[in-house]
Amino acid sequence: MSEKPKVAFYWCASCGGCEEAVVDLAESILDVAGAIDIVLWPVALDFKYKDVKALADGAIVATFLNGAIRNTEQEEMAHLLRRKSQYLIAFGACAQLGGIPGLANLWDRKSIFQRVYSEGPTTLNPASVLPETSHKDNGRTVTLPGFHDTVKTLEQVVDVDYFVPGCPPTPDLLKQAVGALLSGQLPPKGSVLAPDRALCDECPRKDTKPEKLSIEEFKRPHQVLIDHEKCLLAQDLLCMGPATRGSCGALCIQGNMPCTGCFGPTSRVRDFGAKALSAMASLVAARDDDAVVKAMESIPDPVGTFYRYSLPASLLVRKRTEETSDVR
Amino acid sequence: MSELTQVASASDAGKFEPKIVAFFCNWCTYLAADLAGTSRMKYAPNTRVIRVMCSGRVDPQFILEAFAKGADGVLIGGCHPGDCHYQEGNYKALRRFYLLKKMVKEMGIEDERLRLEWISAAEGDRVRTVINDMVAKVRALGPLKSTQPVEMVAEEVTAA
Repeated sequence: MSEKPKVAFYWCASCGGCEEAVVDLAESILDVAGAIDIVLWPVALDFKYKDVKALADGAIVATFLNGAIRNTEQEEMAHLLRRKSQYLIAFGACAQLGGIPGLANLWDRKSIFQRVYSEGPTTLNPASVLPETSHKDNGRTVTLPGFHDTVKTLEQVVDVDYFVPGCPPTPDLLKQAVGALLSGQLPPKGSVLAPDRALCDECPRKDTKPEKLSIEEFKRPHQVLIDHEKCLLAQDLLCMGPATRGSCGALCIQGNMPCTGCFGPTSRVRDFGAKALSAMASLVAARDDDAVVKAMESIPDPVGTFYRYSLPASLLVRKRTEETSDVR
Repeated sequence: MSELTQVASASDAGKFEPKIVAFFCNWCTYLAADLAGTSRMKYAPNTRVIRVMCSGRVDPQFILEAFAKGADGVLIGGCHPGDCHYQEGNYKALRRFYLLKKMVKEMGIEDERLRLEWISAAEGDRVRTVINDMVAKVRALGPLKSTQPVEMVAEEVTAA
């Protein structure tokens, strides 16, 4: 076989959007594929886990792992790929911060199973059959991975070398990350492989952002006719630009939609949601209790808004519930 | 005095004693706490007071970190509206407070565990009543359900 550096792509609790980012390399994928040897990529190539297990430890130069850690299979693969790889890269918002699947930390295994397998409006399950890690039928035993109460980020499970932000990361960021790995020009371990400044800094509407913003109440995109050129905060839309790392190319803004914060915080912020909440709340005009409470009614779901991509990485990690045990 | 004896006997019996982290503004509430002290007022010893320059300096990250590290309640004390040493700080605190309160509620943290009070430098007695009241309410709630689900790397909160 070739002497090209071995690279793996793997997915855990994710939607497949990060895989799209790889495919979206378009013709540059040929350069990437020419420079590396892909040893695992479940979404596109037929390698088996045993092929990875057969490799020597550290034989893979880099693994790009997307998705949060939701079940025991994902956890096992994270450990396996960590052992086999020189560099493990948390690729995308779910692996970096927990992502959308991380919002499940508002519930636990029991309540999720209850909802999905019993109460769902299109669910018919009179015997209340729930997934089991092991089931015997006709003398045969079938197994499923265990399901955790709490969704974790990759870093909460194994040591991570670098992070590539975004939901999904842009193909440019991936190209730069691969380039940095191949050339060996890497920043300190633990870095996020994207510039460390807020989105507002690179926003095409930056010049229309007023010196002082004063918002009576936040509007949702469907409630207003959005001006294509004016700062979205100046149009009372909840845009996370001030709290979110840039380098996405302001794609949502260009599509006339406010930033939802998928690139996560800059390096000086520990808890994205707290900081984004702080930034947005400060813009409210109201000065007395009742008016402030009323203004905040325009944000019906603060956790879903400010922790949309980062609940597992937050200081509180998950909702406080009585009986969360976090085993299978 | 009777309140203090109550507290002492409760902890002697191994009963739950809430831990309250209090962020007091340098110009009003912290001075009020000082006044309560020099006036020899007695109140529940459950608060750990942290002096900040302004209630507007209380980053929501500080509050969440307090809860994450085992505080059963967080109290913020600032100057009355209109009295802020920095003009606007307490209004910013007020706005963040109501939004954060809504958010921590979604996260399963009860209302009474997060409180904001305006206490001027002259209101030493108010420090006493607020702290006693909050300690009683949080004691009634019991300890914060602190399911620490993952071994978190201790990370320092640095605020930009």
